Amino acid sequence: MNARITVATAGRVLTQLRHDPRTIALLLVVPCLLLALLSWTFDGQPAAFDRIGPMLLAIFPLVVMFIVTSVAMLRERTSGTLERLLAMPLNKLDLLLGYALAFGALAVVQAGLASGVSLWLLDLDIVGSAGWLVLTALLSALLGTALGLLASAFAQTEFQAVQFMPAFVLPQLLLCGLFVPREAMQSVLEAISNVLPLSYAVDAIAEVAANTGLSGEATLDYGVLVAFIVGALALGAATLRRRTA
Amino acid sequence: MVPVNETPAIEVRELTVHRGGNLVLDEVSCQVGAGSVTGLLGPSGSGKSTLIRSIVGVQKITSGTVQVLGRAAGSKPLRALIGYVTQAPSVYTDLTVRENLRYFAAVIGASPRDVDTVISSVGLTDKSGALVARLSGGQRTRVSLAAALLGEPQVLVLDEPTVGLDPVLRRDLWQLFNGLASSGSTLLVSSHVMDEADRCTQLLLLRDGRVLAADSPAAIRDHTDTADLESAFLALIDAEEVAAR
Repeated sequence: MNARITVATAGRVLTQLRHDPRTIALLLVVPCLLLALLSWTFDGQPAAFDRIGPMLLAIFPLVVMFIVTSVAMLRERTSGTLERLLAMPLNKLDLLLGYALAFGALAVVQAGLASGVSLWLLDLDIVGSAGWLVLTALLSALLGTALGLLASAFAQTEFQAVQFMPAFVLPQLLLCGLFVPREAMQSVLEAISNVLPLSYAVDAIAEVAANTGLSGEATLDYGVLVAFIVGALALGAATLRRRTA
Repeated sequence: MVPVNETPAIEVRELTVHRGGNLVLDEVSCQVGAGSVTGLLGPSGSGKSTLIRSIVGVQKITSGTVQVLGRAAGSKPLRALIGYVTQAPSVYTDLTVRENLRYFAAVIGASPRDVDTVISSVGLTDKSGALVARLSGGQRTRVSLAAALLGEPQVLVLDEPTVGLDPVLRRDLWQLFNGLASSGSTLLVSSHVMDEADRCTQLLLLRDGRVLAADSPAAIRDHTDTADLESAFLALIDAEEVAAR
């Protein structure tokens, strides 16, 4: 591990994004527009928006960061830059944490904007504080980044990488409690949802939105989320091989 | 006592490599003298890139040993001492020339001042602020080469660095390579163009995964009684086929 290389990597990833302002605009504006669209579809049912809005604040960062990271990392693999970096004195974790740092920073901005728009423009009514929403969104983004890094190892082309989004993320979306509360699902589905990471991001944000401060249940959800992030990063590191066939 | 420059910088012993079930290198043994500019020549598909990747330590090998500067190829301390240019330019196309080199300089711990030095070494000073995506193929190759020059590596391994460059530029780069060698670096440069062979101090001729000849250009011409290296190469192939009959 080397902090200089980690920070340089994060800076490099952010510089790449800076050269692509359209992607930044999409990353920041689309979640806000979708939340606005959602609040209008629930026009006249503010309680439903108050329940679903925070969940989406946890779901967007995972979905977006998953796609962005898996494509970015696949490019590193196919362009030869990964081979070059691994032939240099770089620890695999420096690279992974550099990505996590860059996309984590972006996620904080994204979640801050989306939360601000929801709370002040769309009249989202929550009991907890906005800070917890942003923290949960950050963890969800880090989870998306870690899963995206891992998924990139199994894609050979950008087409495949993009297809991993529905394959990896949509089942989690269906089972995370957004459409049907998890405890109301068939026991098999509930058991599956219990091992999917997005469920914990959604549980955590629903919990911190509905309570003041940090409940024991939310703490547990955060713990599980962090464990998933660390586990996915470790698996992702294992897929970065210095020697390849 | 053996003078220091007579211990080989690179020593390959009975190296066998399979890729995708095919035998690519067949018990290759060769040496690259310290301070030499060694040309690795052979037709496309002869195993040049695989040998280079084995020396850099990014290739899975079947058997044999590869030592660089007295250490096993790919070992951690070597990563700061070897500069490596892959055949396809491995740089970030969505960064400028300078941004690319700043990042790689940070990774290997080279001084930021080195960045301008290597940019001017490859003749890209007037393009340093341009996005790599907007550069020509030859210019991208030079950005990739500049990245390998960072940190004044003791061993430079270059896979076809002069492909597609105009003659003046090729001459300049070969002058640069010879200059680096006279200041103590060891260079291994692959090429499939025979007319570059005379710019090397030593040659390794590779064909079908085996070493056909290893000597100085003059010695190879004398030995085969030919005037140019193209004919020498053909004479060596003929002699080998006669011997095989």
